[in-house]
Amino acid sequence: MRFGVCVFPGSNCDYDTYYVLKEVLGQEVRFVYHTETSIKDLDALILPGGFSFGDYLRPGALASKSPLAEEIVNFAERGKLVLGICNGFQILTELHLLPGALLPNDSMRFICKDVYLRVENASTRLTHRLEKGDVLKIPIAHHDGRYYVPEDELKSMEENGQILFRYSSREGEPSSDSNPNGSVSNIAGVMNRNGNVFGMMPHPERASEDILGGHDGLLLWHSLISEGRVRQS
Amino acid sequence: MKRYRVVILPKEGLLDPQGRAVAEMLQDNGYSVGSVKVGKVVELELPEGVDIDSLARKFLINPLIEDYSVEDIAE
Repeated sequence: MRFGVCVFPGSNCDYDTYYVLKEVLGQEVRFVYHTETSIKDLDALILPGGFSFGDYLRPGALASKSPLAEEIVNFAERGKLVLGICNGFQILTELHLLPGALLPNDSMRFICKDVYLRVENASTRLTHRLEKGDVLKIPIAHHDGRYYVPEDELKSMEENGQILFRYSSREGEPSSDSNPNGSVSNIAGVMNRNGNVFGMMPHPERASEDILGGHDGLLLWHSLISEGRVRQS
Repeated sequence: MKRYRVVILPKEGLLDPQGRAVAEMLQDNGYSVGSVKVGKVVELELPEGVDIDSLARKFLINPLIEDYSVEDIAE
């Protein structure tokens, strides 16, 4: 499976993501620069965390109008896998590839810590190596992670299984105490209706080796990769 | 060239933590303040005939979370 990792000016998790894909998972991977306009050689595209274009105007706003943006939309429309992590999630909402928006944390603070996530849908290409109700420990690091979507759209997302993860306690109970940023319904990750575009605020690439504090993120990478193998055979 | 000022504010009904913090600060300083919103301003010069509204909607704001207004600025 051949991965691309997007590089916008201000991306800062691009090398971490590249490292995990190549060195930990042994996948083919290349960087994709924001000026590129063809990514037809790739099977999956990761939009990494960071502060693309300095978060000017709004997080993800300028990246969503970069030369690469249109090709990301085409790539997604061809059914290829797209995963946005943190700033990548923000970019995917600005591209309208995912519903909703990410607003400043209700505390107005930058939050960097491990959080617990309850898996809400384990029948997706990002989560099929997990069970519904599993609890993952993965870090967040963001200032603008308050997921917002209007109530009627939230309802249809629930019905379509588009909610992937909710912030929860270690025991898997979502509550306001376990909600780090004020996200609606404790939502930490979502997918599009077609099930090929994913966005999440937590950083699985920072939870892919025990020496860095945990490996729960590996389960997501392994889900993505094994689907790819199934698809190619 | 024409000059415009685009004022962008958090959409009505959405929590605006900056506005809330400013309101609390003013209350602490003795003002019985009502709603406070904190947004941003974009001033830009454009050739005559450019549709500033469609430009703002497409490139400057996110209509899901923001409202905006446009003022002409005299030269």
